[in-house]
Amino acid sequence: MYSFEIESPTSVADAVAALGKEEAQALGGGQTLIPSLKARLAAPSVLVSLKNIDEIKGVSVDGGTITIGGGTTHATVAAEVGGAYPALADLAVNIGDPAVRNRGTIGGSLANNDPSACYPAAALASGATIVTNTREIAADDYFEGMFTTALEEGEIVTAVRFPVPEAAAYIKFEQPASRFALVGVFVAKYADGVRVAVTGASEDGVFRWSEAETALTSKFSADALDGLSLSGDGMISDLHGSGDYRAHLIAVLTKRAVKAAA
Amino acid sequence: MTKVTMTVNGKAVSKEVSGNTLMTEFLRDELHLTGTHVGCDTSQCGACVIHVDGKSVKACTMFAAEAEGASVATIEGMANADGSLSVIQQAFQDHHGLQCGFCTPGMVMTAAALLKENPKPSEHEVRDYLEGNICRCTGYHNIVKAILAASGQDVSGIAAE
Amino acid sequence: MPKDHGIGASQKRREDVRFLTGAGQYTDDINTYGQTYCVFLRSDVAHGTINSLDTSDAEAMPGVVRIFTGKDFEGIGGLPCGWQVTDKHGEPMKEPAHPVLAQGKVRHVGDPIAAVVAESLEEARNAAEAIVYDIAELPAVVDMKAALEAGAAKVHDDLSDNLCYDWQFGSDQAAIDEAFSSAAHVTTLELVNNRLVANPMEPRVALGEYNRANDESTLYTTSQNPHVIRLLMGAFVLGIPEHKLRVVAPDVGGGFGTKIFHYAEEAFVTFASRQINRPVKWTSTRSEAFMSDAHGRDHVTKIELALDADNNFIGLRTDTLANMGAYLSTFSSSVPTWLHGTLMAGNYKTPAIQVNVKAVFTNTVPVDAYRGAGRPEATFQLERLVDKAARELGVDPIALRRQNFIDSFPYATPVAVEYDTGDYTATMDKLEEMIDREGFAARRKESEAKGKLRGLGINCYIEACGIAPSNLVGQLGARAGLYDAATVRVNATGSISVMVGAHSHGQGHETAFPQVVAEMLGIDESMIDIVHGDSSKIPFGMGTYGSRSLAVCGSAMVRATEKIINKAKKIAGHLLEASDADIELKDGQFTVAGTDKSVAWGDVTLAAYVPHNYPLEDIEPGLEETAFYDPANFTYPSGAYACELELDPETGRVTIERFAAADDFGNVVNPMIVEGQVHGGLAQGIGQALLENCVYDENGQLLSASYMDYAMPRAEDVPFYMVDHSCATPCTHNPLGVKGCGEAGAIGSPPAVVNAVIDALHSGGYTHVEHIDMPVSPHRVWKAMQG
Repeated sequence: MYSFEIESPTSVADAVAALGKEEAQALGGGQTLIPSLKARLAAPSVLVSLKNIDEIKGVSVDGGTITIGGGTTHATVAAEVGGAYPALADLAVNIGDPAVRNRGTIGGSLANNDPSACYPAAALASGATIVTNTREIAADDYFEGMFTTALEEGEIVTAVRFPVPEAAAYIKFEQPASRFALVGVFVAKYADGVRVAVTGASEDGVFRWSEAETALTSKFSADALDGLSLSGDGMISDLHGSGDYRAHLIAVLTKRAVKAAA
Repeated sequence: MTKVTMTVNGKAVSKEVSGNTLMTEFLRDELHLTGTHVGCDTSQCGACVIHVDGKSVKACTMFAAEAEGASVATIEGMANADGSLSVIQQAFQDHHGLQCGFCTPGMVMTAAALLKENPKPSEHEVRDYLEGNICRCTGYHNIVKAILAASGQDVSGIAAE
Repeated sequence: MPKDHGIGASQKRREDVRFLTGAGQYTDDINTYGQTYCVFLRSDVAHGTINSLDTSDAEAMPGVVRIFTGKDFEGIGGLPCGWQVTDKHGEPMKEPAHPVLAQGKVRHVGDPIAAVVAESLEEARNAAEAIVYDIAELPAVVDMKAALEAGAAKVHDDLSDNLCYDWQFGSDQAAIDEAFSSAAHVTTLELVNNRLVANPMEPRVALGEYNRANDESTLYTTSQNPHVIRLLMGAFVLGIPEHKLRVVAPDVGGGFGTKIFHYAEEAFVTFASRQINRPVKWTSTRSEAFMSDAHGRDHVTKIELALDADNNFIGLRTDTLANMGAYLSTFSSSVPTWLHGTLMAGNYKTPAIQVNVKAVFTNTVPVDAYRGAGRPEATFQLERLVDKAARELGVDPIALRRQNFIDSFPYATPVAVEYDTGDYTATMDKLEEMIDREGFAARRKESEAKGKLRGLGINCYIEACGIAPSNLVGQLGARAGLYDAATVRVNATGSISVMVGAHSHGQGHETAFPQVVAEMLGIDESMIDIVHGDSSKIPFGMGTYGSRSLAVCGSAMVRATEKIINKAKKIAGHLLEASDADIELKDGQFTVAGTDKSVAWGDVTLAAYVPHNYPLEDIEPGLEETAFYDPANFTYPSGAYACELELDPETGRVTIERFAAADDFGNVVNPMIVEGQVHGGLAQGIGQALLENCVYDENGQLLSASYMDYAMPRAEDVPFYMVDHSCATPCTHNPLGVKGCGEAGAIGSPPAVVNAVIDALHSGGYTHVEHIDMPVSPHRVWKAMQG
């Protein structure tokens, strides 16, 4: 690693100030950032650890909305949202491995927007709101492509608000080496319609499968998806699977998610 | 350089570290606790698993500075106070749950975290919990068996006996 | 009652205590006074000419002690290959230079260009990044078939082409032609044995130290065979005589073959520590390991089986391309030839067999032995082929195998080896008993009810372990002997240190070897320690690989212990005033036969070292004996394996449900350890079959360069295994009757998995799928199903 200092502010305001320094970078759980620092892929001068900021940690449920602090670990989400939003807890408990879940945070995952990460699918399928230190961003406006989001320099994800769906499920088909999603499909049914978000598959990162949403909104049943398919064009093609295979998996997993949710 | 203070295996330690000092480097190079191993650089192999404030973490994917004020446990602190092997360690020996020993410290630390969360895991739960710990020697058979045995479950009926 | 002592007892491993408490001492745990740190600048292109290499800015960076380049190694030997293969025209293989640091050209991604030695690892890394160099990229040779085409770019400019050797072996052409022309049926299969990365969990480490006072160098290294490294590095690379060179391999975190070889980094740290007069340490990262540890497998084969009208195997012919990578690693040349061709008979009495192997240079990491080394490749081809033949002929795959089993021993194969013993019918019987074949149809129905396909795959394997004897392997091109050595040092109070040439890096020698000596002497194992891994403490040794430790080194230990017993009996005879011919040793007590006159082990050992009442005129004081053992033949473990799996036809994902292994290892010293060895081998074989794949793109860039893309088997990927080793036909030519068990699991399991996948697909109507290359990933299964 290149050398850098670590600062550990205890408030969002102090963190924002620290991030204003030249070449400063936020450190969430570090489960993606630290390996890339080890590979010398980044050279920050200051890492601003968000770990000691209590105001961005924790889960709260208010009526039909779950609010999860950006600094909340996957393990905490897995342990605490199960009652209110089982599909989200189920997603969290299958991210990485136990040690990763004890460090990695939802805010870190959403800020990084890895095209194979799980949380982006949950946020997009739930129509979640990403709350930062300066504003609120609808999930539909937040994800801008692989590793790209609407976040500005120095902006911190302080919370994510999930409207709780009537029914939902996330099905992940793991890439055998990294155990990230080769394809992951999150289906969430709300009173005003069904949302389907797909991770792992597209070269543009997480996306909504609108044809499936339309079909499922009119009939929330796996057979409503019969005959629907996606093209492999624009899908990720790598040593673990072609674009066509990923497109095929999306259809299979979406049906499975609907069955699991129903 | 920043000063960090923490307890490691019950002992208070205080050292100056650089911002980029990983917990693995801190334990191995500063405290000479070489039982925490480094088997990869992408946070997957799990040979470096330790406990920080009672939770398993990968010491290669955490900075020493982030452990300020924490209570850290490593493999060197896992034996009983009289030096005898703990229940989990003993089960690994009894059931041949290790061969070259390199992944073993991480396996033991992960097993301890599992049994704290889930005192009577199923075979599937054990295998699932070991997702972040790679062993190249044992084929996992005897590791899973050892963890089930350490949880007090009868393993005599497991295949291959 | 299972034994709790001596040979046959499942004693708990004594080495476990240090590993379980964090007290193991691996090479990276060793740090020495004044130590410096080394980082290699490695090529990021597969093939290129180094136009310029300027280290001056980097030299000036903080903490830099010295930077070395290829220039520093001009006139110094390259890394040697330990086996010269002679091709089918009688010509020796092509043997290009393998420099420690690149000399003008780079030939694979990871090829070391320069090495920075600095006060800290961070400073060494910083300086390595500051080295200015220009490499003119050349076309990369990656695909083996393309590498052999006329006009292909050459990996080595000084060679005529990329062909290392063209080897042919086995029956003469007329016999092969006759078999195929008279065949009632010929089954043909083309397949790939996928390139693998061994991935012991401990990455390689080398620490060189120089003592100016006595001109002695010490190398601490992650090696399976420290004496072999001392010999190769001392004699061929650096010119340091053995008595000035000590090689220590302390606790080693797994080897699986890739830690056999002598590597550039070992030679470098030893050389550099002499140049700068300070210790130099190199610790590989995992990412570095992927591009610098020798890889395994990587064969492409066409294999044909001729059968007569009664389904008897009458001829077998193979054509294999074997990837050598960019340079010849230590034993690379022997793997596709003598460790592969000689096993092509398998368990079958096929009378005519011809093996053709072309070894090819490519711009990839060198390929060498990986757990099984040649034998998994042979087994995979043959057992996939036999399965395909059974399907084509509409006969039961087990029955077809049984019909063709070798059933009398010794058996001389058409591929030069003589199996001393075995019982293939017995292991197949045992396997069938273990797998509940009758219940399979019901289990398949259950799977189908869930929308899954279920397959059962079986196969046999034969392997050859403890490669020997030395005079034979010398004729075959080995540049070393393949014996081993042991010294049994009995101390005055009766405790024993046994210095062995074998090296334990997970195999449990520290527990199992004392069981043998304890059994022979009738004393407790706790009185016996094994010393290994340090060339200054051990007489000599060829190390641990090829499942040889107990069969070869264990036999040396038996011979040395026999010498101890002979001498101890003479001492006891003197003490008891009887002829040594009348002395019996039982339970640690020397007794005059037929009397109650006896002395204890400790009395005799004390007399040897305090020889007041002692036959000094006949024998020397002391009690220490050394033996070298050179086996008369290989050993031939064999067995039958079965895999039962479920296949999800919607996604192509395969899940192993049951796996059974019935092995014949001959006699077994510690059943617990033997079973553990099989378990580990099975996971590696299943990993090869389903998960692991080392992939280069067409430019020679390594795509599977970390655990993010190279799929290691995890606990979730494998079941509890059923293993059995009760069908034992002891080896006839070593004193313990042991055969070796370290590689069997990895050799026997891949075809069982793939056979089961094909079985599952056929049961689902996908009868057009005749073969899927490993790893049988979900994507490949799905693609195959599409047709």
